[in-house]
Amino acid sequence: MATDTNAAEPVGMPQLDFSTFPNQIFWLVVTLVVIYFVLSRIALPRIAAVLAERQGTISNDITAAEELKLKAQEAERAYEKALADARAEAQRIVAETRAEIKADLDAATARADAEIAARAAEAEKQIAEIRENAMESVTLVARATAAELVSALGFQADGAAVDTAVASKLKG
Amino acid sequence: MEGDIVQMGAYIGAGLACTGMGGAAVGVGHVVGNYISGALRNPSAAASQTATMFIGIAFAEALGIFSFLVALLLMFAV
Amino acid sequence: MASDQATGGLQIHPMDQFIVKPLFGGDAIHWYTPTNVTLWMALAVVCVVLLLVIGTRGRALVPSRVQSVAELAYGFVYKMVEDVAGKDGVKYFPYIMTLFIFIVFANFLGLIPMAFTTTSHIAVTATMALAVFFFVTILGVVKNGVGFLSLFWISAAPLALRPILALIEVISYFVRPVSHSIRLAGNMMAGHAVIKVFAGFAGVLGVGAIFPLAAITAVYALEVLVSFIQAYVFAILTCVYLRDALHPHH
Repeated sequence: MATDTNAAEPVGMPQLDFSTFPNQIFWLVVTLVVIYFVLSRIALPRIAAVLAERQGTISNDITAAEELKLKAQEAERAYEKALADARAEAQRIVAETRAEIKADLDAATARADAEIAARAAEAEKQIAEIRENAMESVTLVARATAAELVSALGFQADGAAVDTAVASKLKG
Repeated sequence: MEGDIVQMGAYIGAGLACTGMGGAAVGVGHVVGNYISGALRNPSAAASQTATMFIGIAFAEALGIFSFLVALLLMFAV
Repeated sequence: MASDQATGGLQIHPMDQFIVKPLFGGDAIHWYTPTNVTLWMALAVVCVVLLLVIGTRGRALVPSRVQSVAELAYGFVYKMVEDVAGKDGVKYFPYIMTLFIFIVFANFLGLIPMAFTTTSHIAVTATMALAVFFFVTILGVVKNGVGFLSLFWISAAPLALRPILALIEVISYFVRPVSHSIRLAGNMMAGHAVIKVFAGFAGVLGVGAIFPLAAITAVYALEVLVSFIQAYVFAILTCVYLRDALHPHH
C-alpha cells in the first residue's frame, strides 16, 4: 500500500526498509562487540570474584560459628557435669546426716528403753514386795481376828490350830 | 477501483490473520494453566520447571506472533 | 496508509516510531551513518557499563543496591546457562550474558516515551538469531561431527516414524532462527504499536481520553513484563540450542 501513496511517505513498515539494514547490522555488531568485551574483560570476572569472595567469607563464618557452637556445647556439658556432681554431693551429705541422726536416735531410744525396762522391773519388784507384805498382814490379821473370835466365843484358842485353819481358809 | 478491491482484500486478510492470535492466547493459557495445576499438586517440583514453562510459552507465542506479522505485512507491505 | 489523509481527524501512525533516521540531518543512510539506532544502542552500552562496571566498582562484600542488582543479573543468567545448557555450557556464558543484557536494556530503553526500540527491528533480532544459529550449528558439527545429525534421528520413536520425524525435526531446526528473531521483534513492535494506537485515540477523544489512557497504562505495565520475559526467552532458547549442539543425543 505504501508504495502507491505519495512518495514523501516512507515505506509502510520501517522494519522492512532494507536500505537501513546494513546500518543497523553494523551498529548492532559494534554494540555487541563492545558489550562483550566490557563483560568478559571487566564486569564478569569482577562479579565472579566478589561472589566467590562472599562465598568464602560466608563459609568461613559458618565454620567459625560451628566451632563456637561446639565450644558452647562443651561448656554446657561441663556445666551439666558440675551440676550433677553437686547434686550427688548434696545427696551424699543428706544421706550421711540422716544416718547419723538415725544412729543417735536409735542409741537414745535404746537407752530410754533400757531405763524404762529397769524402772519397770524395779516397780514390779516393789509391787511384788507390797503384795507379799499385804499377804502377810492379811494372814496376821486373819489369825489375830480368828484368835479373838475364838476367845470371844469362850474357847481357849490354840495358836497352832488357828494358824492351820486360817492357812487352809486362805488357800481355799 | 481495482486497487480498492485489492486493498479491501488485504485488510480483510489482515483481520482474519489476527484470529491466529487467539489461538496463541489459548496455547499460552493452556501452558501456564497446566503448569500451575501441576505446581499446586507438587509445589516442590515447580521451581525446576519454570524455565520449561517459559520455553513452552515462547513456542506457543511465536505462532501468534507469526499471524501478527502476516497481518502487518498485509497492512503495510503488500 | 492512504486512509489517514482521507479521515483527517484520526491521525495514527503507529509505525512511525520505528523509522530509522540519521542523527545529524541528511537523508542518506549508509552503513556507517550514525542514526537513532546508534544512539539507542550506545545508550544501552552506557547502561550496561553503569550497572555492571560502575555499579560493582566498590567490590563490596555487603553489596550496595546497584551492585546487588548486577549480582542478581549475573546469578540469574549463570544459573540459567548451567541448568539448561549443562555444566559444559558454562564456557559460553559470556556470550549469552552479552545477548541477554543487551536485549534487556534495549527493551527497557525502548519503553521510555519518544524512544527508539532497536530490538523491534527484524534486522537487529535476525542478526542475533542467525549468529546464534550459525554458532550452535558449527559448534555442534565441530564437537560431535556426524553424530550431530542424531539430533534429527529420534531413536526413541518407532522405526517407521523416524524418517517423518526427521523431516519435521530438520524443518523445525531451520525455522529456529526465524521464530527466534521474529518473536522478539514482533513482541516489541506489537506492544509499541498498540500503545501508539491507543495514544492516537486519546488525541481525538477529549475528556474521554481517560479510557485510552487507562488502557495505555495497563498495556505499558504488560510491556514492562514482556520486555523482560522476551529477553529471558531469547536467552533461554539460546541455551536450549546450545544444549542441543553440545548433547545432540536426546
